[in-house]
Amino acid sequence: MINHTVAQLMHGLSEKQFSSEELTRAFLDRIEALNGSLNSFITVDPDSAINAARKADEQRASGTARALTGVPVAHKDIFCTAGMKTSCGSRMLDNFVPPYDATLIQRFHEQGCVLLGKTNMDEFAMGSSNENSFYGPALNPWNTQCVPGGSSGGSAAAVAAGMAPAATGTDTGGSIRQPAAFCGITGLKPTYGRVSRLGMVAFASSLDQAGPMARTAEDCALLLNVMAGHDPGDSTSATESVPDYTAALEGSLEGLRIGLPSQYFGSGLDAQTGQCIEEALKVLEQRGAILKEVSLPHSDLTIPTYYIVAPAEASTNLSRFDGVRYGYRCENPVDLHDLYTRTREEGFGDEVKRRILVGTYALSAGYYDAYYRKAQQARRLIRQDFLDCFENVDIIAGPTTPGPAFALGAKSDDPVSMYLEDVYTLAVNLAGLPGMSVPAGLVDGKPVGLQLIGQHFGESTLLNVAHQFQLATDWHLQQPQLNLGEIS
Amino acid sequence: MSIEQSDIQSIAELARIRVRDDQLEEVTGRIRDILSMVDQLQAADTANVEPMANPLDATARLRADEVTETNRRDAFQAIAPAVENGLYLVPKVIE
Repeated sequence: MINHTVAQLMHGLSEKQFSSEELTRAFLDRIEALNGSLNSFITVDPDSAINAARKADEQRASGTARALTGVPVAHKDIFCTAGMKTSCGSRMLDNFVPPYDATLIQRFHEQGCVLLGKTNMDEFAMGSSNENSFYGPALNPWNTQCVPGGSSGGSAAAVAAGMAPAATGTDTGGSIRQPAAFCGITGLKPTYGRVSRLGMVAFASSLDQAGPMARTAEDCALLLNVMAGHDPGDSTSATESVPDYTAALEGSLEGLRIGLPSQYFGSGLDAQTGQCIEEALKVLEQRGAILKEVSLPHSDLTIPTYYIVAPAEASTNLSRFDGVRYGYRCENPVDLHDLYTRTREEGFGDEVKRRILVGTYALSAGYYDAYYRKAQQARRLIRQDFLDCFENVDIIAGPTTPGPAFALGAKSDDPVSMYLEDVYTLAVNLAGLPGMSVPAGLVDGKPVGLQLIGQHFGESTLLNVAHQFQLATDWHLQQPQLNLGEIS
Repeated sequence: MSIEQSDIQSIAELARIRVRDDQLEEVTGRIRDILSMVDQLQAADTANVEPMANPLDATARLRADEVTETNRRDAFQAIAPAVENGLYLVPKVIE
């Protein structure tokens, strides 16, 4: 059962091949066996998972089940779960038990899904390796010397290792797509505003977006059906109508125009990874797609723009952590100033503090125009590049990352080199577009991902292309060879 | 725009994050690296470009001024570090 896709599990549950309780126990056993080594989960509550599974089985028996009732799902520890610790990978929230559910969590509850546990992540979703977690890094199941990517590294590793059939993630600059690529799974960052952010701990509010991480594009479509839609509680959530994302999966790619930005195939791209992407594009061409070269002329502005906008918004959002209302408070504060400054010094990790400082600087009097305003202008230029491309092509494709997963510790001492890891993913968030990563090959035994970038609210097209690719390839079916004795 | 240790001290004060004296040099170096990377932006021609705050150019949505939340003070106070009689406790501010 642990190797099934969500679609297969739904079928098995409705055909009574197994119960949700049996299914949930199988995944809990797998977590029990592997999590000590892979560190994918921060919190697992087997009793509440079993209870939810039993309730799902009752719903199946009484005929009140919905499509995904009884399917276990893991959630990134950034989503508030009423009564269950929500740490966001930070010491600041290590003691935080939310009094309410995020809208996304509520939607999975309403669907009757079983919450398997909360997955590891870079602190406050800031990182590309999971090494910034207060709980230590999750490891890559394909090679435990390597990072799983980040920030949704725990979710990616959990799905890749069969500890969960699917998981949620969030993506502010690549945090769904990059770990999906590194762990050989399929991940989708929807259009900005497609999924509610209520109850999702905020990092950069104009960039943050939640999305599904699973084995296949079909599974991502099934999960996005649960997640997407307007939420009156999130004033930035989109009011556009939500299609059935599975409806377009089977469509032909005949005549679909795929743009290949020359900037995404330059010298920064690892040669073997580039080879995998070329092969993947040939597969799409064989299925009728037309490949066209396009240009994103402002690509070189992407990293500097992102590293002003995201820290600026983070410095504002994270000002709420003051040691007064919830979360960590330092010991024996001598006065209010000491309480604030020491709580924040001790509660936040190094990368989070760096970004708060950079953001505070960019927003401070005298520097605002030179940094923040300038970045917002560059952001418009970056988005316009994409809109210009979409005059001539239907989607854009390229690599998700410059290469496969890197070794633990390889970049953790140099923030700027870590930032360069996200060179192909950041622009999608700045432009608010949907993006996917689809397994497209192995380099030195480690997965690499094909990135697909769609037009605003064009998730169905991306899922269609990814599904057609997966009908012709088996990269998404490959699984890491986990030697339990060796890693535990 | 090179940044000095004194700049870091004043930013850290604005951000209410203590940076200890023995960390100041390292933190300043890291922030300087990041700022010199983002300074590439200064060369970009952004004349007459409207700043973009929202990727869909959406503006804040208004709703009717009605109470939609229930009072959950007890639940919220249960997770606070220190409370008394329904109030949040902090160190004495006024002597």
